[in-house]
Amino acid sequence: MSSLLTPELLAHIGRSAPPHRELVTRRDIRKYAIATGQRLRKYLDGDEAPPMFHVALFWPVVERDEIAPDGVAIDSFLPDFPLKRAMAGGLKIEYARPVFPGDWLTATRTLTDIYEKQGRSGPLIFYEVVMQVTNDAGDAVLTETTTRILR
Amino acid sequence: MNIDTLNIGDELPTRDVECDVVQLFQYNAALWNAHRIHFDYPYATQEEGYPGLVIAGPLMGDWLSQCVIEWLGDHGRLVSIEYSNRAAAYVGEVLHVGGIVTAVDPAARTVSVELYVRNDAGETITPGAAVVELGAG
Repeated sequence: MSSLLTPELLAHIGRSAPPHRELVTRRDIRKYAIATGQRLRKYLDGDEAPPMFHVALFWPVVERDEIAPDGVAIDSFLPDFPLKRAMAGGLKIEYARPVFPGDWLTATRTLTDIYEKQGRSGPLIFYEVVMQVTNDAGDAVLTETTTRILR
Repeated sequence: MNIDTLNIGDELPTRDVECDVVQLFQYNAALWNAHRIHFDYPYATQEEGYPGLVIAGPLMGDWLSQCVIEWLGDHGRLVSIEYSNRAAAYVGEVLHVGGIVTAVDPAARTVSVELYVRNDAGETITPGAAVVELGAG
């Protein structure tokens, strides 16, 4: 029934990328807060990270030969999907505790699902990545679930 | 803000946002996102066929989170937020951010809200939802 999703591709479900540990700095919080137009003092001053700061903290930093001609970092964690053109997807974040400057956070990404649907103009591939963020004490900080659509 | 005075249908304060090219640059620089549709006008329009520089999807998600946390103030915490980027928006557009209360649970002290980023045509380009938990008292 599914034409695009080979067993080989589906075997990637459940795989995780190596954990990624980053330091939260006041300067990076301030840059993010200003760039997003925050209006609360605690964010503009970098005393606490805005709710979506982790998007910036864990955006891939790759070397130049891993950047595609369109400027997008090539994500070696993802399998080589038979559809290439990414459409905007959705995101859900569940929060456990706030983030402050000085925190070391570790993100672990897991490919949790790949499925196919028939769109109006052809097949679409959906995939879901769950990113779990913890602090150095091992406490959960947040969980982010991203769904992306390829056409 | 008090759980007993919140009602389904209550509207969150709305905000108009207009992302200019400087803000879009700073946002993508803060992420280290070099996707050319956000800063390379000839590439965005001629190669990818967009009418202008594309506002980054997660920036619209961030505006939704700001709508919730500014409304919530110090009365509680954000439990979860979700959104989907349904349609693109471009530098120069004025966008409208807001939300509405969809559920109130006094026992759990949680409030659910539906969120939106709309364009000037009234189209919801980024629908979302969030749950907040109010503190005691």
